[in-house]
Amino acid sequence: MKYLKNVTTLKYNKDKCTGCRRCTEVCPHAVFIMDDKKARLTDADACMECGACAVNCAFGAITVSAGVGCAAAIIHSMIYGGEPTCDCSGPGQSCC
Amino acid sequence: MKEIKITGPAQGIKISPATSPGCGCSPVVPGPAGDRASAAESLAGQDFVTGTYAFNSRTFPQVNAAWKRADHRGQVRSRLGAFRMSYAVMPGLYAKGTPDGNSPVLVSCNYKLSFDIIRRELADINAWILVLDTKGINVWCAAGKGTFGTAEVIHRIQSTGLIGLVDHKKIILPQLGAPGVNAAEVQRRTGMRVYFGPVRAGDIPAYLENNMQADAGMRRITFPIKDRFILTPMEIVPAARPLLIFTVAILLLAGLQPRGILFHDMLIRGMPLVFLGTASVLAGAFLTPVLLPFIPFRSFALKGWLMGMAVTAALVYTAQMHGGSIPLLLAMLIFFPAAASYLALQFTGATTYTGISGVKKELHYALPVYKGAAILSAMLMLGDKIMQWGIL
Repeated sequence: MKYLKNVTTLKYNKDKCTGCRRCTEVCPHAVFIMDDKKARLTDADACMECGACAVNCAFGAITVSAGVGCAAAIIHSMIYGGEPTCDCSGPGQSCC
Repeated sequence: MKEIKITGPAQGIKISPATSPGCGCSPVVPGPAGDRASAAESLAGQDFVTGTYAFNSRTFPQVNAAWKRADHRGQVRSRLGAFRMSYAVMPGLYAKGTPDGNSPVLVSCNYKLSFDIIRRELADINAWILVLDTKGINVWCAAGKGTFGTAEVIHRIQSTGLIGLVDHKKIILPQLGAPGVNAAEVQRRTGMRVYFGPVRAGDIPAYLENNMQADAGMRRITFPIKDRFILTPMEIVPAARPLLIFTVAILLLAGLQPRGILFHDMLIRGMPLVFLGTASVLAGAFLTPVLLPFIPFRSFALKGWLMGMAVTAALVYTAQMHGGSIPLLLAMLIFFPAAASYLALQFTGATTYTGISGVKKELHYALPVYKGAAILSAMLMLGDKIMQWGIL
Protein backbone atom coordinates (compact mmCIF):
# COMPACT_ATOMS: atom_id res chain seq x y z
CA MET A 1 0.00 0.00 0.00
CA LYS A 2 1.36 3.37 -1.03
CA TYR A 3 0.05 6.83 -0.29
CA LEU A 4 0.22 9.97 -2.48
CA LYS A 5 3.30 10.53 -4.64
CA ASN A 6 5.72 13.44 -4.37
CA VAL A 7 4.32 14.93 -1.19
CA THR A 8 6.79 13.88 1.51
CA THR A 9 9.00 16.51 3.14
CA LEU A 10 11.79 13.97 3.72
CA LYS A 11 15.25 15.23 2.76
CA TYR A 12 18.48 13.27 2.99
CA ASN A 13 22.02 14.58 2.76
CA LYS A 14 24.26 11.60 2.09
CA ASP A 15 27.43 13.61 2.74
CA LYS A 16 26.58 13.87 6.44
CA CYS A 17 25.86 10.15 6.85
CA THR A 18 28.36 8.21 8.98
CA GLY A 19 26.77 4.82 8.42
CA CYS A 20 25.51 4.32 12.00
CA ARG A 21 22.45 2.43 10.68
CA ARG A 22 19.99 4.06 13.08
CA CYS A 23 17.67 5.19 10.26
CA THR A 24 17.47 1.67 8.86
CA GLU A 25 16.66 0.44 12.37
CA VAL A 26 13.80 2.87 13.06
CA CYS A 27 12.04 3.27 9.70
CA PRO A 28 8.93 1.06 9.58
CA HIS A 29 8.75 1.35 5.77
CA ALA A 30 12.38 0.55 4.92
CA VAL A 31 12.81 3.93 3.23
CA PHE A 32 16.51 3.77 4.12
CA ILE A 33 18.75 0.81 3.41
CA MET A 34 22.48 0.37 3.91
CA ASP A 35 24.52 0.62 0.77
CA ASP A 36 28.31 0.77 0.77
CA LYS A 37 28.59 1.85 4.44
CA LYS A 38 26.14 4.68 4.02
CA ALA A 39 22.39 4.90 4.18
CA ARG A 40 20.62 5.09 0.84
CA LEU A 41 17.22 6.70 0.37
CA THR A 42 15.14 4.17 -1.55
CA ASP A 43 11.49 5.12 -2.10
CA ALA A 44 10.66 8.50 -0.57
CA ASP A 45 6.98 8.03 -1.47
CA ALA A 46 6.83 5.23 1.11
CA CYS A 47 7.69 7.77 3.84
CA MET A 48 4.85 8.53 6.25
CA GLU A 49 6.68 11.42 7.90
CA CYS A 50 6.71 9.93 11.39
CA GLY A 51 10.06 11.59 12.02
CA ALA A 52 11.80 8.60 13.64
CA CYS A 53 14.80 8.77 11.30
CA ALA A 54 15.39 12.50 11.71
CA VAL A 55 15.01 12.35 15.51
CA ASN A 56 17.53 9.55 15.64
CA CYS A 57 20.05 10.82 13.12
CA ALA A 58 22.78 12.23 15.36
CA PHE A 59 24.52 13.80 12.39
CA GLY A 60 21.77 15.94 10.91
CA ALA A 61 21.74 14.07 7.63
CA ILE A 62 17.96 13.64 7.61
CA THR A 63 15.23 16.25 7.89
CA VAL A 64 11.49 15.74 7.69
CA SER A 65 8.56 17.88 8.71
CA ALA A 66 7.02 15.24 10.94
CA GLY A 67 3.40 15.07 11.94
CA VAL A 68 0.37 12.84 12.14
CA GLY A 69 -1.26 11.79 8.89
CA CYS A 70 -4.73 11.95 10.38
CA ALA A 71 -7.56 13.91 8.76
CA ALA A 72 -9.46 14.34 12.04
CA ALA A 73 -6.39 15.80 13.74
CA ILE A 74 -5.66 18.17 10.85
CA ILE A 75 -9.28 19.37 10.64
CA HIS A 76 -9.24 19.87 14.42
CA SER A 77 -6.11 21.99 14.14
CA MET A 78 -7.66 24.01 11.29
CA ILE A 79 -10.67 24.87 13.43
CA TYR A 80 -9.09 25.25 16.86
CA GLY A 81 -5.50 26.09 15.90
CA GLY A 82 -2.36 24.40 17.10
CA GLU A 83 -0.44 21.51 15.64
CA PRO A 84 -2.34 18.38 14.59
CA THR A 85 -1.71 15.73 17.25
CA CYS A 86 -2.80 12.19 18.03
CA ASP A 87 -4.58 13.63 21.00
CA CYS A 88 -8.27 13.40 20.19
CA SER A 89 -8.97 15.01 23.54
CA GLY A 90 -12.16 16.83 22.66
CA PRO A 91 -15.22 16.12 24.83
CA GLY A 92 -16.35 12.56 24.27
CA GLN A 93 -13.90 12.21 21.42
CA SER A 94 -11.49 9.36 21.08
CA CYS A 95 -9.65 7.81 18.26
CA CYS A 96 -6.12 6.46 18.31
CA MET B 1 10.71 -20.36 32.33
CA LYS B 2 13.13 -19.48 29.61
CA GLU B 3 16.27 -17.59 30.47
CA ILE B 4 17.51 -15.06 27.99
CA LYS B 5 20.74 -13.46 29.10
CA ILE B 6 21.72 -10.01 28.05
CA THR B 7 25.50 -9.97 28.29
CA GLY B 8 28.45 -8.04 26.99
CA PRO B 9 29.00 -4.31 26.88
CA ALA B 10 26.61 -2.12 24.98
CA GLN B 11 27.95 -1.58 21.52
CA GLY B 12 28.95 2.03 21.39
CA ILE B 13 27.35 4.39 18.98
CA LYS B 14 29.18 7.41 17.78
CA ILE B 15 27.59 10.40 19.39
CA SER B 16 28.14 13.82 18.02
CA PRO B 17 28.07 16.36 20.85
CA ALA B 18 27.36 19.16 18.43
CA THR B 19 23.82 18.08 17.65
CA SER B 20 22.19 17.33 20.95
CA PRO B 21 18.70 18.77 21.17
CA GLY B 22 17.99 19.43 24.82
CA CYS B 23 15.19 17.31 26.18
CA GLY B 24 14.47 19.64 29.06
CA CYS B 25 15.31 17.08 31.67
CA SER B 26 17.91 17.07 34.39
CA PRO B 27 21.00 14.88 34.20
CA VAL B 28 20.43 11.43 35.60
CA VAL B 29 22.12 10.63 38.87
CA PRO B 30 22.20 6.87 39.37
CA GLY B 31 20.98 5.90 42.79
CA PRO B 32 17.84 5.87 44.87
CA ALA B 33 14.94 7.91 43.61
CA GLY B 34 12.10 9.33 45.63
CA ASP B 35 8.92 7.73 44.34
CA ARG B 36 10.14 4.15 44.34
CA ALA B 37 8.78 2.57 47.53
CA SER B 38 5.32 4.08 47.37
CA ALA B 39 5.02 3.31 43.65
CA ALA B 40 5.78 -0.39 44.13
CA GLU B 41 2.89 -0.76 46.57
CA SER B 42 0.27 0.90 44.40
CA LEU B 43 1.53 -0.89 41.28
CA ALA B 44 0.91 -4.19 43.06
CA GLY B 45 -2.71 -3.27 43.73
CA GLN B 46 -3.70 -3.60 40.05
CA ASP B 47 -5.73 -6.72 39.34
CA PHE B 48 -3.49 -8.08 36.56
CA VAL B 49 -0.53 -8.10 39.00
CA THR B 50 -0.16 -11.64 40.27
CA GLY B 51 2.14 -10.96 43.20
CA THR B 52 5.29 -9.27 44.34
CA TYR B 53 8.73 -10.34 43.25
CA ALA B 54 11.79 -9.82 45.42
CA PHE B 55 15.12 -9.21 43.74
CA ASN B 56 18.26 -7.47 44.89
CA SER B 57 16.58 -6.58 48.22
CA ARG B 58 13.81 -4.74 46.39
CA THR B 59 10.28 -5.79 45.51
CA PHE B 60 8.52 -5.44 42.20
CA PRO B 61 4.97 -6.06 41.00
CA GLN B 62 4.99 -9.38 39.19
CA VAL B 63 3.00 -10.20 36.07
CA ASN B 64 2.78 -13.27 33.88
CA ALA B 65 1.72 -14.08 30.35
CA ALA B 66 -1.79 -15.30 31.12
CA TRP B 67 -4.79 -13.08 30.46
CA LYS B 68 -7.69 -13.06 32.89
CA ARG B 69 -11.31 -12.59 31.93
CA ALA B 70 -11.06 -8.86 32.72
CA ASP B 71 -8.13 -8.50 30.31
CA HIS B 72 -10.12 -10.06 27.46
CA ARG B 73 -13.14 -7.89 28.26
CA GLY B 74 -10.91 -4.80 28.35
CA GLN B 75 -9.51 -5.61 24.93
CA VAL B 76 -12.98 -5.79 23.38
CA ARG B 77 -14.19 -2.61 25.11
CA SER B 78 -11.08 -0.67 24.11
CA ARG B 79 -11.67 -1.61 20.47
CA LEU B 80 -15.18 -0.21 20.54
CA GLY B 81 -15.14 3.24 22.03
CA ALA B 82 -14.11 5.86 24.53
CA PHE B 83 -13.32 3.22 27.19
CA ARG B 84 -9.85 3.07 25.66
CA MET B 85 -9.09 6.57 26.86
CA SER B 86 -9.00 5.40 30.47
CA TYR B 87 -7.54 1.93 29.94
CA ALA B 88 -4.15 2.34 31.57
CA VAL B 89 -1.65 0.62 33.81
CA MET B 90 0.44 2.50 36.33
CA PRO B 91 3.89 3.48 35.05
CA GLY B 92 6.87 1.80 36.68
CA LEU B 93 9.03 -1.29 36.59
CA TYR B 94 7.33 -4.68 36.44
CA ALA B 95 8.80 -8.16 36.75
CA LYS B 96 7.51 -10.50 34.05
CA GLY B 97 8.11 -13.93 35.57
CA THR B 98 11.33 -14.09 37.56
CA PRO B 99 13.88 -11.82 35.89
CA ASP B 100 17.38 -11.23 37.23
CA GLY B 101 20.34 -8.95 36.54
CA ASN B 102 20.91 -10.47 33.11
CA SER B 103 17.32 -10.38 31.92
CA PRO B 104 16.23 -8.12 29.08
CA VAL B 105 14.56 -4.78 29.83
CA LEU B 106 11.61 -3.98 27.58
CA VAL B 107 10.15 -0.49 27.53
CA SER B 108 6.43 -0.06 26.96
CA CYS B 109 3.64 2.50 27.08
CA ASN B 110 0.94 2.41 29.75
CA TYR B 111 -2.02 1.70 27.45
CA LYS B 112 -3.15 -1.50 29.09
CA LEU B 113 -3.90 -3.34 25.84
CA SER B 114 -0.29 -2.79 24.68
CA PHE B 115 1.07 -3.89 28.05
CA ASP B 116 -1.14 -7.00 28.04
CA ILE B 117 0.00 -7.95 24.52
CA ILE B 118 3.67 -7.63 25.49
CA ARG B 119 3.39 -9.82 28.57
CA ARG B 120 1.31 -12.36 26.63
CA GLU B 121 3.78 -12.50 23.72
CA LEU B 122 6.74 -12.87 26.11
CA ALA B 123 5.19 -16.25 26.98
CA ASP B 124 7.73 -18.07 29.15
CA ILE B 125 10.51 -15.47 28.92
CA ASN B 126 11.58 -13.68 32.08
CA ALA B 127 12.04 -9.96 31.58
CA TRP B 128 11.75 -6.54 33.12
CA ILE B 129 9.02 -4.34 31.67
CA LEU B 130 9.58 -0.61 32.13
CA VAL B 131 6.22 1.10 31.65
CA LEU B 132 6.34 4.78 30.69
CA ASP B 133 3.61 7.28 31.47
CA THR B 134 2.07 7.87 28.04
CA LYS B 135 -1.31 8.94 29.50
CA GLY B 136 -2.79 5.59 28.53
CA ILE B 137 -2.03 6.08 24.83
CA ASN B 138 -0.44 3.41 22.61
CA VAL B 139 3.24 3.56 21.66
CA TRP B 140 2.96 4.92 18.13
CA CYS B 141 0.48 7.69 18.86
CA ALA B 142 2.29 8.61 22.07
CA ALA B 143 5.60 8.75 20.20
CA GLY B 144 4.05 11.09 17.64
CA LYS B 145 2.84 13.30 20.44
CA GLY B 146 6.13 13.02 22.34
CA THR B 147 4.78 11.48 25.54
CA PHE B 148 6.53 8.26 24.61
CA GLY B 149 9.61 10.42 24.45
CA THR B 150 13.24 10.99 25.29
CA ALA B 151 12.53 12.87 28.52
CA GLU B 152 10.08 10.26 29.82
CA VAL B 153 12.43 7.36 29.05
CA ILE B 154 15.23 9.09 30.93
CA HIS B 155 12.95 10.02 33.83
CA ARG B 156 11.55 6.51 34.14
CA ILE B 157 15.00 4.87 34.04
CA GLN B 158 15.99 7.21 36.85
CA SER B 159 12.89 7.04 39.04
CA THR B 160 12.68 3.24 38.99
CA GLY B 161 16.36 2.75 39.84
CA LEU B 162 16.87 0.55 36.78
CA ILE B 163 20.57 1.39 36.67
CA GLY B 164 22.24 -0.83 39.21
CA LEU B 165 19.40 -3.32 39.14
CA VAL B 166 20.47 -4.98 35.92
CA ASP B 167 24.05 -5.91 35.14
CA HIS B 168 23.92 -4.76 31.53
CA LYS B 169 23.39 -1.39 29.87
CA LYS B 170 20.80 -2.31 27.28
CA ILE B 171 17.15 -1.36 27.02
CA ILE B 172 14.80 -2.47 24.28
CA LEU B 173 12.24 0.00 22.98
CA PRO B 174 9.47 -0.79 20.53
CA GLN B 175 10.52 0.36 17.07
CA LEU B 176 7.33 2.38 16.70
CA GLY B 177 8.42 4.45 19.71
CA ALA B 178 11.36 5.81 17.71
CA PRO B 179 9.59 8.99 16.45
CA GLY B 180 9.57 10.23 20.07
CA VAL B 181 12.86 8.92 21.38
CA ASN B 182 16.33 10.19 20.58
CA ALA B 183 18.30 7.04 21.37
CA ALA B 184 21.66 8.82 21.47
CA GLU B 185 20.31 11.33 23.99
CA VAL B 186 19.05 8.54 26.28
CA GLN B 187 22.48 6.90 26.19
CA ARG B 188 24.25 10.17 26.84
CA ARG B 189 22.08 10.93 29.88
CA THR B 190 21.73 7.48 31.41
CA GLY B 191 24.44 5.27 29.95
CA MET B 192 21.74 2.88 28.75
CA ARG B 193 22.08 1.92 25.09
CA VAL B 194 18.72 1.95 23.32
CA TYR B 195 17.94 -1.00 21.05
CA PHE B 196 14.86 -0.65 18.92
CA GLY B 197 13.08 -3.99 18.96
CA PRO B 198 10.65 -5.32 16.38
CA VAL B 199 7.49 -3.52 15.25
CA ARG B 200 5.23 -6.33 16.45
CA ALA B 201 5.26 -7.67 20.01
CA GLY B 202 4.82 -11.16 18.58
CA ASP B 203 8.37 -10.98 17.18
CA ILE B 204 9.97 -10.14 20.55
CA PRO B 205 10.86 -13.77 21.46
CA ALA B 206 12.54 -14.33 18.07
CA TYR B 207 14.33 -10.98 18.39
CA LEU B 208 15.67 -11.90 21.83
CA GLU B 209 16.70 -15.40 20.70
CA ASN B 210 18.49 -13.83 17.76
CA ASN B 211 20.78 -11.82 20.03
CA MET B 212 18.66 -8.67 19.66
CA GLN B 213 18.91 -8.55 15.89
CA ALA B 214 15.71 -7.81 13.99
CA ASP B 215 15.44 -9.16 10.47
CA ALA B 216 13.98 -6.96 7.74
CA GLY B 217 10.48 -8.37 8.15
CA MET B 218 10.39 -7.51 11.85
CA ARG B 219 11.18 -3.89 11.00
CA ARG B 220 8.38 -3.41 8.47
CA ILE B 221 4.90 -2.31 9.41
CA THR B 222 2.14 -3.95 7.42
CA PHE B 223 -1.60 -3.35 7.31
CA PRO B 224 -3.30 -6.69 6.74
CA ILE B 225 -7.06 -7.08 6.41
CA LYS B 226 -7.38 -8.38 9.98
CA ASP B 227 -5.89 -5.15 11.35
CA ARG B 228 -8.01 -2.99 9.06
CA PHE B 229 -11.15 -4.86 10.06
CA ILE B 230 -10.46 -4.59 13.78
CA LEU B 231 -10.15 -0.81 13.43
CA THR B 232 -13.52 -0.28 11.75
CA PRO B 233 -15.67 -0.09 14.91
CA MET B 234 -13.75 3.06 15.83
CA GLU B 235 -14.72 4.52 12.45
CA ILE B 236 -18.37 3.51 12.60
CA VAL B 237 -19.10 4.40 16.24
CA PRO B 238 -18.08 8.08 15.90
CA ALA B 239 -20.20 8.32 12.73
CA ALA B 240 -23.31 7.10 14.54
CA ARG B 241 -24.09 10.47 16.14
CA PRO B 242 -24.06 12.54 12.93
CA LEU B 243 -26.10 9.77 11.28
CA LEU B 244 -28.72 10.05 14.04
CA ILE B 245 -28.92 13.83 13.61
CA PHE B 246 -29.19 13.37 9.83
CA THR B 247 -31.97 10.81 10.33
CA VAL B 248 -34.06 13.07 12.56
CA ALA B 249 -33.61 16.06 10.23
CA ILE B 250 -34.44 14.07 7.09
CA LEU B 251 -37.54 12.46 8.60
CA LEU B 252 -38.89 15.84 9.72
CA LEU B 253 -38.20 17.36 6.32
CA ALA B 254 -39.76 14.42 4.49
CA GLY B 255 -42.83 14.45 6.71
CA LEU B 256 -43.30 18.19 6.35
CA GLN B 257 -46.31 18.77 4.13
CA PRO B 258 -48.69 21.69 3.63
CA ARG B 259 -51.12 19.81 5.85
CA GLY B 260 -48.57 19.35 8.65
CA ILE B 261 -45.94 16.76 9.49
CA LEU B 262 -47.29 13.50 8.14
CA PHE B 263 -46.07 10.14 9.39
CA HIS B 264 -46.92 8.50 6.08
CA ASP B 265 -44.67 10.88 4.11
CA MET B 266 -41.98 10.54 6.72
CA LEU B 267 -41.78 6.81 6.02
CA ILE B 268 -42.33 6.80 2.28
CA ARG B 269 -40.12 9.77 1.40
CA GLY B 270 -37.75 9.80 4.40
CA MET B 271 -36.79 6.19 4.94
CA PRO B 272 -35.02 5.72 1.58
CA LEU B 273 -32.77 8.68 2.44
CA VAL B 274 -32.08 7.32 5.94
CA PHE B 275 -31.29 3.97 4.36
CA LEU B 276 -28.86 5.59 1.91
CA GLY B 277 -27.28 7.57 4.74
CA THR B 278 -26.61 4.39 6.68
CA ALA B 279 -25.24 2.73 3.55
CA SER B 280 -22.86 5.62 2.92
CA VAL B 281 -21.54 5.39 6.50
CA LEU B 282 -20.86 1.69 5.93
CA ALA B 283 -19.26 2.42 2.54
CA GLY B 284 -16.89 5.02 3.99
CA ALA B 285 -16.21 3.66 7.46
CA PHE B 286 -16.34 -0.08 6.84
CA LEU B 287 -16.05 -1.11 3.18
CA THR B 288 -13.29 1.37 2.32
CA PRO B 289 -11.00 0.40 5.26
CA VAL B 290 -11.54 -3.33 4.76
CA LEU B 291 -11.15 -3.32 0.97
CA LEU B 292 -8.49 -0.57 1.02
CA PRO B 293 -5.78 -2.01 -1.26
CA PHE B 294 -8.32 -3.31 -3.77
CA ILE B 295 -10.02 0.03 -4.40
CA PRO B 296 -8.49 2.15 -7.19
CA PHE B 297 -6.63 5.43 -6.45
CA ARG B 298 -4.17 6.24 -3.68
CA SER B 299 -6.26 9.08 -2.32
CA PHE B 300 -8.59 8.10 0.53
CA ALA B 301 -11.10 10.75 -0.50
CA LEU B 302 -11.34 9.18 -3.98
CA LYS B 303 -11.45 5.63 -2.62
CA GLY B 304 -14.31 6.57 -0.30
CA TRP B 305 -16.16 8.49 -2.99
CA LEU B 306 -15.92 5.51 -5.33
CA MET B 307 -17.28 3.10 -2.72
CA GLY B 308 -20.00 5.57 -1.76
CA MET B 309 -21.00 6.06 -5.39
CA ALA B 310 -21.07 2.33 -6.07
CA VAL B 311 -23.27 1.62 -3.05
CA THR B 312 -25.57 4.63 -3.58
CA ALA B 313 -26.02 4.05 -7.31
CA ALA B 314 -26.70 0.34 -6.82
CA LEU B 315 -29.31 0.95 -4.12
CA VAL B 316 -31.02 3.85 -5.88
CA TYR B 317 -31.15 1.96 -9.17
CA THR B 318 -32.42 -1.36 -7.78
CA ALA B 319 -35.03 0.16 -5.45
CA GLN B 320 -35.83 3.27 -7.53
CA MET B 321 -35.42 5.25 -4.32
CA HIS B 322 -35.79 8.67 -5.91
CA GLY B 323 -39.33 7.87 -6.98
CA GLY B 324 -38.83 9.43 -10.40
CA SER B 325 -37.73 12.84 -9.10
CA ILE B 326 -34.67 14.08 -10.97
CA PRO B 327 -33.67 16.70 -8.35
CA LEU B 328 -33.90 14.05 -5.63
CA LEU B 329 -31.86 11.60 -7.73
CA LEU B 330 -29.14 14.22 -8.24
CA ALA B 331 -29.17 15.14 -4.54
CA MET B 332 -28.69 11.48 -3.63
CA LEU B 333 -25.84 10.96 -6.09
CA ILE B 334 -24.08 14.14 -4.97
CA PHE B 335 -24.50 13.91 -1.20
CA PHE B 336 -24.02 10.28 -0.21
CA PRO B 337 -20.78 9.52 -2.12
CA ALA B 338 -19.35 12.76 -0.67
CA ALA B 339 -20.33 11.65 2.84
CA ALA B 340 -18.65 8.27 2.30
CA SER B 341 -15.57 10.06 0.97
CA TYR B 342 -15.37 12.26 4.09
CA LEU B 343 -15.62 9.24 6.36
CA ALA B 344 -12.99 7.32 4.36
CA LEU B 345 -10.64 10.26 4.75
CA GLN B 346 -11.00 9.96 8.53
CA PHE B 347 -9.45 6.50 8.30
CA THR B 348 -6.09 8.11 7.46
CA GLY B 349 -5.71 8.52 11.23
CA ALA B 350 -5.75 4.76 11.71
CA THR B 351 -3.54 3.57 8.87
CA THR B 352 0.10 2.61 9.10
CA TYR B 353 1.24 4.48 6.00
CA THR B 354 -0.40 7.88 5.50
CA GLY B 355 1.72 10.98 6.12
CA ILE B 356 0.67 14.48 7.12
CA SER B 357 1.69 16.13 3.83
CA GLY B 358 -0.52 13.77 1.84
CA VAL B 359 -3.52 14.17 4.12
CA LYS B 360 -3.16 17.96 4.04
CA LYS B 361 -3.11 17.82 0.25
CA GLU B 362 -6.25 15.68 0.19
CA LEU B 363 -8.06 18.01 2.58
CA HIS B 364 -7.04 21.03 0.54
CA TYR B 365 -8.93 19.66 -2.46
CA ALA B 366 -11.63 17.67 -0.73
CA LEU B 367 -13.03 20.04 1.90
CA PRO B 368 -14.32 22.63 -0.63
CA VAL B 369 -15.87 19.78 -2.62
CA TYR B 370 -17.66 18.46 0.50
CA LYS B 371 -19.00 21.92 1.29
CA GLY B 372 -20.16 22.38 -2.30
CA ALA B 373 -21.79 18.96 -2.34
CA ALA B 374 -23.65 19.67 0.90
CA ILE B 375 -24.97 23.03 -0.33
CA LEU B 376 -25.89 21.73 -3.79
CA SER B 377 -27.71 18.67 -2.50
CA ALA B 378 -29.61 20.80 0.04
CA MET B 379 -30.74 23.09 -2.79
CA LEU B 380 -31.81 20.09 -4.89
CA MET B 381 -33.76 18.68 -1.93
CA LEU B 382 -35.48 22.03 -1.60
CA GLY B 383 -36.27 21.99 -5.31
CA ASP B 384 -37.74 18.51 -4.95
CA LYS B 385 -39.87 19.72 -2.04
CA ILE B 386 -41.16 22.67 -4.04
CA MET B 387 -42.08 20.40 -6.97
CA GLN B 388 -43.73 17.97 -4.56
CA TRP B 389 -45.95 20.68 -3.13
CA GLY B 390 -46.79 21.86 -6.59
CA ILE B 391 -45.78 25.45 -5.84
CA LEU B 392 -44.15 25.77 -9.23
